[in-house]
Amino acid sequence: MALDADWAERWVRRTADAIADAKDELTELDRQIGDGDHGENMHRGFHAVVARLDDPAAQPGAADERTVGDVLKLVATTLMSTVGGASGPLYGTAYLRAAKVSGRPQIDPPAVVAVLEAALEGVSSRGKATVGEKTMVDAWQAAVDAAEAASGDGGSEVDVLRAAAEAADKAATGTIPMVATKGRASYLGERSAGHEDPGARSTALVLGAALAAALAGPESADPRGAA
Amino acid sequence: MTARVALVLVSHSAELARGAAELAGQMAPDVLVRGVGGGPDGGLGTSLDAIQQTLEEVLAVLADAGAGAGAAGGGVVVLGDLGSSVLTVEAALELDDTLAEHAVLARAPFVEGAVAAAVTAHGGADRDAVLASANAAIGMFATIEAAQSPGAAEPPSAGEPEGARTVTVRNPLGLHARPAALVSRKVAELGASVTIDGVDASSVLQLMALGATRGRELRVEATGDGATEAVATVVEMIESGFGEV
Repeated sequence: MALDADWAERWVRRTADAIADAKDELTELDRQIGDGDHGENMHRGFHAVVARLDDPAAQPGAADERTVGDVLKLVATTLMSTVGGASGPLYGTAYLRAAKVSGRPQIDPPAVVAVLEAALEGVSSRGKATVGEKTMVDAWQAAVDAAEAASGDGGSEVDVLRAAAEAADKAATGTIPMVATKGRASYLGERSAGHEDPGARSTALVLGAALAAALAGPESADPRGAA
Repeated sequence: MTARVALVLVSHSAELARGAAELAGQMAPDVLVRGVGGGPDGGLGTSLDAIQQTLEEVLAVLADAGAGAGAAGGGVVVLGDLGSSVLTVEAALELDDTLAEHAVLARAPFVEGAVAAAVTAHGGADRDAVLASANAAIGMFATIEAAQSPGAAEPPSAGEPEGARTVTVRNPLGLHARPAALVSRKVAELGASVTIDGVDASSVLQLMALGATRGRELRVEATGDGATEAVATVVEMIESGFGEV
């Protein structure tokens, strides 16, 4: 099955649901090593994204030729405007760069890899972070590496997204023993070890939602369509 | 407003942004200084929309004044305080090519950088010079420490000063913010290179850091064009008590 703009919209809606469910968990992670607002900020941001998707006047792109990039661009600008913490410009830049490489109606497995690479590049350049510093870059980098391998092996869109989601989840867990050297948690130094990075966890949620949206297919996409 | 470079100060806190803008603006009345702070919900945080709006308003004011956008060397220098302020400004500039063309982000301590940049902009400096002034603020502490350490009694200079006088501070608060700004702005206008007790007299931050209050004797030295006149001018300013005696 192809990944199109409707998939992108399902991805975003499922991300909003996943963030809403995990809001308290993310806030608790961030309370341990940050300033305790990650869950609330991400929830506010994705809530605003869904509100715009529900607004007929705010629809991304032309209705008949909507691209994946149109949807991701809407996510980018909305998150930057509404999140309020560092994750706003970080995720906003990730979606913005991803949108720039996905300006077409459908994306194939190599294009999925390109989207993830662009997002990683956005996060790491904006946050000036690299792998091993206990940030969301750890999850994004692992996702890109796994997605590249899956695509190189001739995997389908779902295979690529599954590889990315599983790698991001594992990498998020892998941030637990790390000592943070970037971001707010780095102020804690050694005391940041033993806690999972909230940005890496939310990245795993985002990519898990991308997989779920692809697996769900268009039928169960939009409950409003059936009403 | 006559300065061609304006400042936008972006903080997590609306009050901090407003206060920093007030402070910098008072020391450089010809410069448009705007603060913007707080998150989308009005609490602590940063708002992309508010930053974009402020930058656009400031560019419009500069354009109306015939400065900035159209004029050579004009534009906006932006300072941010912590993490997300800086990130959000960078994102705003990435989203909008017009803003990216006319606004540039400094990497500087928020208050010190804003004050230094404002005073430099007040003298009519171009955007690159204002940016450099803000960015240099981070080195202020090391510079002052070096100038005031006992081992550095003889400040490094190009040679014997061509003008040198000692003057006693007369006003009670001495070279606090406003007088320091007056002196540094005047020195920037003069051709000569002037030091006061070994620190660069064109740097408002270094002058303030002298902590010179009433009764303190200050050594004013100058080299270069009009050195003698420059020393006389600065001595006269200090002796006047800045209208505070």
